[in-house]
Amino acid sequence: MKEQNLADLEAAFNEKLKQDIRIEPKDWMPDAYRKTLIRQISQHAHSEIVGMLPEGNWITRAPNLRRKAVLLAKVQDEAGHGQYLYSAMETLGFSREQSIDDMHTGKAKYSSIFNYPTLTWADMGAVGWLVDGAAIMNQVPLCRTSYGPYARAMVRICKEESFHQRQGYEIMCTLMKGSEDQKAMAQDALNRFWWPALMMFGPSDAESTHTQQSIDWKIKRHTNDELRQMFVDASVPQAQLIGLTIPDPDLKWNEERGHYDFGEIDWEEFKQVVSGNGPCNAERIAARVKAKEEGMWVREAAMAYAEKKKAKKAS
Amino acid sequence: MKNNLFTYTLRIADDSLILGQRLSEWCGHGPIIEEDIALTNIALDLIGQATSLLEYAAVAENKGRSADDLAFLRFENQYFNTQLVEQKNGDFAVTIVRQWIFDTFRLPFYEALQHSSDKQLAAIAEKSLKETKYHWKHSSEWIIRMGDGTEESNKRVNDALILLWKFSDELFYMDDVDKELISQGIAVDLETLRPAFNERIHYVLQQATLQLPDSKWKLSGGRQGRHTEHFGHLIAEMQYMQRAYPNMEW
Repeated sequence: MKEQNLADLEAAFNEKLKQDIRIEPKDWMPDAYRKTLIRQISQHAHSEIVGMLPEGNWITRAPNLRRKAVLLAKVQDEAGHGQYLYSAMETLGFSREQSIDDMHTGKAKYSSIFNYPTLTWADMGAVGWLVDGAAIMNQVPLCRTSYGPYARAMVRICKEESFHQRQGYEIMCTLMKGSEDQKAMAQDALNRFWWPALMMFGPSDAESTHTQQSIDWKIKRHTNDELRQMFVDASVPQAQLIGLTIPDPDLKWNEERGHYDFGEIDWEEFKQVVSGNGPCNAERIAARVKAKEEGMWVREAAMAYAEKKKAKKAS
Repeated sequence: MKNNLFTYTLRIADDSLILGQRLSEWCGHGPIIEEDIALTNIALDLIGQATSLLEYAAVAENKGRSADDLAFLRFENQYFNTQLVEQKNGDFAVTIVRQWIFDTFRLPFYEALQHSSDKQLAAIAEKSLKETKYHWKHSSEWIIRMGDGTEESNKRVNDALILLWKFSDELFYMDDVDKELISQGIAVDLETLRPAFNERIHYVLQQATLQLPDSKWKLSGGRQGRHTEHFGHLIAEMQYMQRAYPNMEW
């Protein structure tokens, strides 16, 4: 009887997927589907939060008032995205606090791109243009992902990401219209961020352990390699338009495929950065742990005050 | 000839600019995500206010300098912000106490300035007042939570008050610039704001179970361009790009 029930529930779940009906928090779902979503959404939320650090690094040094305001607004959006995504994740029965602790201990991951340093102002351009650009490639299809709260969060997030991408590209355009120093700064930023940006799409399809199941569940809509190709195809003309050179000698338009061919990613570097050995992994985690530890008394105070207020109300 | 309107506007602008700069140092390091969002948002409002005010100061000066020139290319002793706003962030209690003292002053200040005979200042004040109401609510609520929270939070917020209260009086600093402009209906007579300021301070402190420090000693100098030691570091960081790459578009 019990087994029969389970089979019915699973059949109903699969039928919903087939008909593109969203799965909602109270619906039955397979454990593995739930776990996959928790992993993916939390990873995404952590990326937003850790992603505030490399850009936060330049807010106090932004070159003019307009850029300072735009960068502040952008980083604030990212905090908002993190908050929004943690809420979506919590609908799956996993707490924000536990999830953050998992990131601090290295059990949960965030996007490897944020383990690279932001060394010059041009990096704010490169990060906006390439990193947010790659994020959009990943995220736009997620607006149609099968889990309702995640899909709805992504609709809102994508609107803001698209603004972020344009502001980054606009920084690059301005630099490329400027002095030789500014042009060199822009090219240097592209040189450093191009390959890490390509790595943002994750391992190649042949190596990806999660892709097929996620596609069957309609969590993911495209494979890593498909998304990476879309990103290359979109970014190359943008670089050419403003006179930047993509740092890849193997990059070539392939008439037959209708796509750009590009060189092999350094997968050893990818592996090292993902497993904690990137240039800024330790710093990023240390900054987040410090914020948590130093904020402990603030959170405790807020809770103690709320308790007192509740007690007063009750008496 | 002295340009009173320029100096007056610049003083208000510099308070917003420098506090906005300080607050933006928090970005990504707040005690909870919600506070990262709130502090960044307040920083953004202040940078926005500073931009409007500096644009107007540039017009009032009429020497071809832009708002960005004023923000990024003055020497240390040419900034006229109060010493309060340049104080280091410290812990969350220091940041919030600094903000709260400032917001409690800014609220009645903008309320009064929106009736200025100078239309531009009045318009900036009206817009900024809306933002400042939120800032004040946010900082006051935290003063109360920290004061009436745990033993540790009470101690920290109390220490912050002791550290910062001595800078509060400078917010009411006035000289001939103010007097001249008050007579034209442009500037706010800051003495008239004291009752509203004190009332708000005591109202919040009472709920927070806190008291003002005993010491009556006050520090000032910012309005004449005399700053504290950390100020040089703040502007060195803020001006880095404009100093390293002069005369470029960004």
